[in-house]
Amino acid sequence: MSSEMKAMDMTDAPVLRAFRESAGIHHYESQEAFETETQHPQEKEIQINDLNLWYGNFHALKSITLTIPSNSVYAFIGPSGCGKSTFLRTLNRMNDMISGCRIEGEIKIDDQNIYDKSVDVTDLRKNVGMVFQKANPFPMSIYDNVAYGPKIHGVPKKELDGIVEHALKSAALWEEVKDRLKESALSLSGGQQQRLCIARTLAVKPEIILFDEPCSALDPISTGRIEELITELKKEYTIIIVTHNMQQASRISDHTAFFLMGELIESGKTTHIFENPKDYRTEGYISGRFG
Amino acid sequence: MKSLFFIGGIGTILILLLICVFLFSEASNFFKTYGLIDFLAGSAWKPGMHPELFGLLPLLFGTAAVTLGAIILAVPIGILSAIYIAELAGPKTAEILKPSVELLAGIPSVVLGFLGMALLVPIIQRTFDLTTGQTALTGSVILGIMALPTIISVSEDAISSVPLPLRNGSFALGANHWQTIYKVVIPAAFSGISASVILGMGRAIGETMAVMMVTGNMAIIPGSDVFLSSVRTITATIALEMGEVARGTEHYYALFAVGVILFIMTFCINLIADAVKRRHQLEV
Amino acid sequence: MASENGTKPKKSAARKRRDLYQKTAFLFMRMAIIFVVLILLVILADIFMKGHSVITIDFLTQMPRNQMTEGGILPCIIGTVELVVLSLLIAVPLGIISAIYLTEYAAEGKIRWTVEQAVNNLAGTPSIVFGLFGMALFIKYIGLPRSLLTASLTMGLLIMPVIIRTTQEAMLSVPKEYREASHALGVTKWETIRRVVLPTAYSGIITGIIISIGRAAGETAPILFTGAVYYYPRLPDSVFSPIMALSYHLYVMATESMNIEATRPIQYGTALVLLSIVFIMNLAAVGIRRHYKKKVMRSN
Repeated sequence: MSSEMKAMDMTDAPVLRAFRESAGIHHYESQEAFETETQHPQEKEIQINDLNLWYGNFHALKSITLTIPSNSVYAFIGPSGCGKSTFLRTLNRMNDMISGCRIEGEIKIDDQNIYDKSVDVTDLRKNVGMVFQKANPFPMSIYDNVAYGPKIHGVPKKELDGIVEHALKSAALWEEVKDRLKESALSLSGGQQQRLCIARTLAVKPEIILFDEPCSALDPISTGRIEELITELKKEYTIIIVTHNMQQASRISDHTAFFLMGELIESGKTTHIFENPKDYRTEGYISGRFG
Repeated sequence: MKSLFFIGGIGTILILLLICVFLFSEASNFFKTYGLIDFLAGSAWKPGMHPELFGLLPLLFGTAAVTLGAIILAVPIGILSAIYIAELAGPKTAEILKPSVELLAGIPSVVLGFLGMALLVPIIQRTFDLTTGQTALTGSVILGIMALPTIISVSEDAISSVPLPLRNGSFALGANHWQTIYKVVIPAAFSGISASVILGMGRAIGETMAVMMVTGNMAIIPGSDVFLSSVRTITATIALEMGEVARGTEHYYALFAVGVILFIMTFCINLIADAVKRRHQLEV
Repeated sequence: MASENGTKPKKSAARKRRDLYQKTAFLFMRMAIIFVVLILLVILADIFMKGHSVITIDFLTQMPRNQMTEGGILPCIIGTVELVVLSLLIAVPLGIISAIYLTEYAAEGKIRWTVEQAVNNLAGTPSIVFGLFGMALFIKYIGLPRSLLTASLTMGLLIMPVIIRTTQEAMLSVPKEYREASHALGVTKWETIRRVVLPTAYSGIITGIIISIGRAAGETAPILFTGAVYYYPRLPDSVFSPIMALSYHLYVMATESMNIEATRPIQYGTALVLLSIVFIMNLAAVGIRRHYKKKVMRSN
């Protein structure tokens, strides 16, 4: 076991943690630990300028302007139907598939407008990964699930093993599944399935990962693991997470944006939003007056 | 890739739609020389005579007689069997019964027609002391057997999809199983069961081979003892005469006109069944 | 069955009556289902008992002799197999392409709905109508002879709606989460269909194809005037030769042969061979579905 540990470079931390948790030692890091980590070189900034979105006649997102710094965790909060998930899905153009959906404005990733005609949507989605609310592994083996993306994007067969192992390690799932990679992914537990979906996303080497309420269907222990994983992942990735759960947002995010009825009400450092909200609506939501 | 599927998909579908166009255009040639009223209301089908008569009524009568007989025989048995499979049979029994019903549905109609000739026709002839056992009744029995699987499986689906809370509500009020079935389950599944009957009817109307082999194929409206007389259905007429008719003659086009009538009948039946089923989905 | 609350001795009249109703109703249901099973058993038993003694190697491998009152049914078996294979070759690719188009590419709306309704309707259209169409289009207008090709084209059109419908159903039952997950990995629509949707829908599609095989082997009406003949002295040598087929052979032997009673054994033998082909196909479909169901249940 110890020799294996040495072989893992930066991925050993989540594994250790998962190990610790399975032994029953589980606690959340204090909030201050996160605030100090926001000073990263800002390479892959996301800039959203005056974004509007309609479903038919329904104006679902109203002139959103926001900058999302790289290598940090950005949380979107707000009551159901406020547009936060819709907004998340504009970032990898998953809304394109919905008929009757119309978008105006621009979203720049690395100074490139992703709604520009020259952008290939599959390249975009390779770069901007997404983890869904409900774990959705394909009905294939664990290995094939993770290898699915790289295989289709033309990675040679002999490199797949390494990619799969690395992705599973990064998703803190390797230790639990390394002996049964050929088994059906559907035999995993809910929390494991969700981490498998994260591994599947990591395998195509994105730079940004979108999480759409990734823990809403999970028990507290699985939730804790995913949260730790997210904090670990932000070292390498830019992470945006939609959540219903105020505590979750305050635990893991560096920045928070609050949405209401399709409008971006307030955004900023998570500590500011939670401790000193400027808008009375934000305050109302956070203190539990509605939603 | 999309354009490939577009061409392939649209092309195939167009060919399928072409079937309707062809039928109607061939049939329209018939009405250039033969009156629509004479066709629809004519009571004699006498091709090859002078003058040639193409009256639909005897054929319509034959189809109506065997279909009605088939439905009368198959509906009670089919619905009772469906309730049994859905409500009384244990999971193991149901797992045997359902494939059996599918097997019955899979028997080729020519095989059933053959058995009808070999087994049923002599029995009917002896029982009713007839000159021939090839009667509307024989056709009804064979068609009833063919309609059974449709009625059973569609009804069974409808009954099984009645939600559990509805049943439990009835049980909780102290109703016994049968009361629950006929006061709660059957009303809730009623449109599905009706759809099964309509679809079974469609199957019976469109059936060709089996019916042709056992009904005697006399294109006359019998005066009495309808079910013990020979009749000829719409489908049998096409099958019997199309092989020998010269292409492009009035008789040839007349058969297409008959085919169009058949097509319209089954089309309407399918639409009605679909509408009834959809209402069922809204209810449950 | 009736002892819902253990206190048997004191039964009110009303309760007795409703128990009696229940007993009677259940008795009728049992009789009905027994009757249905009996019909099936009688059909199978009769054909098997009277047919199996006829079936010999010679019966399966020889040409008919002496105006078909003796000899085997080899050309019918070959004709049926060729007919099934060729009509599947026509219907399966086109049917699946159409289903993919309708399910994945066609925009949802009135047109798609109408087309789907039309396809559904054609699946319920009597087979003799397809025979009429085959006759008019392929023989009268295109000028093909009565042949294997014409019969297969007609049969292909008959089974195409079935294949489109079953494939569509199978594809629609693939959860949309699978598609979303694949798209989110930057995989194109076509790759998603090929690698996720079709493999997941595989068993449903195969079931549809197997059902079509049974149908193509058993249907007679569509080939009556498009390709089947009473007697053809050689094995078919090209797609333009007419064919003998099991179903049509059974029909003519039972209705028009020289001596209907004397050739009954041949008729039963033919029926048994035809029924066996159709049943093996049906059982295979049931087996595949059950296997798949178990797999899904196990993985949940």
